[in-house]
Amino acid sequence: MASNAAVPFWRAAGMTYITYSNICANLVRNCLKEPYKAEALSREKVHFSISKWTDGKPEKATLRSDSPDE
Amino acid sequence: MLRQASRLLARPPRLAARARPFSTDLPAADQTADATFTEAWNKVIPNIDPPKTPLSFMQPRPPTPSSIPSKLTVNFVLPYASALATKEVDMVIVPATTGQMGVLPGHVATIAELKPGVLSVHEGNEVTKYFVSSGFVFIHANSFADIIAVEAVPLDQLDANLVQKGLAEFTLKLSSATTDLEKAEAQIGIDVHSALNSALTG
Repeated sequence: MASNAAVPFWRAAGMTYITYSNICANLVRNCLKEPYKAEALSREKVHFSISKWTDGKPEKATLRSDSPDE
Repeated sequence: MLRQASRLLARPPRLAARARPFSTDLPAADQTADATFTEAWNKVIPNIDPPKTPLSFMQPRPPTPSSIPSKLTVNFVLPYASALATKEVDMVIVPATTGQMGVLPGHVATIAELKPGVLSVHEGNEVTKYFVSSGFVFIHANSFADIIAVEAVPLDQLDANLVQKGLAEFTLKLSSATTDLEKAEAQIGIDVHSALNSALTG
């Protein structure tokens, strides 16, 4: 197997394939025309709640609905 | 006792000889039931029926026909939708990292990584084009092609002005980038936007 095969530039910079793929997808979504762009961005929204746990019990949960980060 | 030992020692080599390299070489019937699991189950629990395994719910992969089929069967899937499901087409041209690759029925089994570019599906006289952000294509020996992409849009949903703006913005970012990661991100931006540009103009 070629262990010194040319790696893609993003792998050489420390980025994983998933990060690269998600960045590409986000860039394509940002170039869409209007009704499609709104649909695409709303489809990719994430809502999640986070709570820290101490002594085996969860503390108060915070709800976050950030737009997807890379 | 010694006679038994030689029989037991003789068994493992037969199992090793049965290992086959490609799943499409197996006859279709073998793949419908999980034979080794049911045998092992029946040895230990003969009274209860063995449970069904995921393998019995899946449709067996169609075997590789001996002559090249006339149509290519394409499955084009995205995380949120299935754009084409077992559609029979004449040819697809996929934007692989090694260049535009044309896939005809009877193509050699290949796995290719896709780069941002145009995927075109040719069926009779009509051609449907999609811009694919990235993904993979798995071409199987039996003329089935599975194309998986994270984002794929028909070309008429793209806005040329936004593409130009994006290209200019990332060219600027590349010149002002300091860390390797920033340079990589800017380079990705440039690659994607130039591919979008050539898709819209070409």
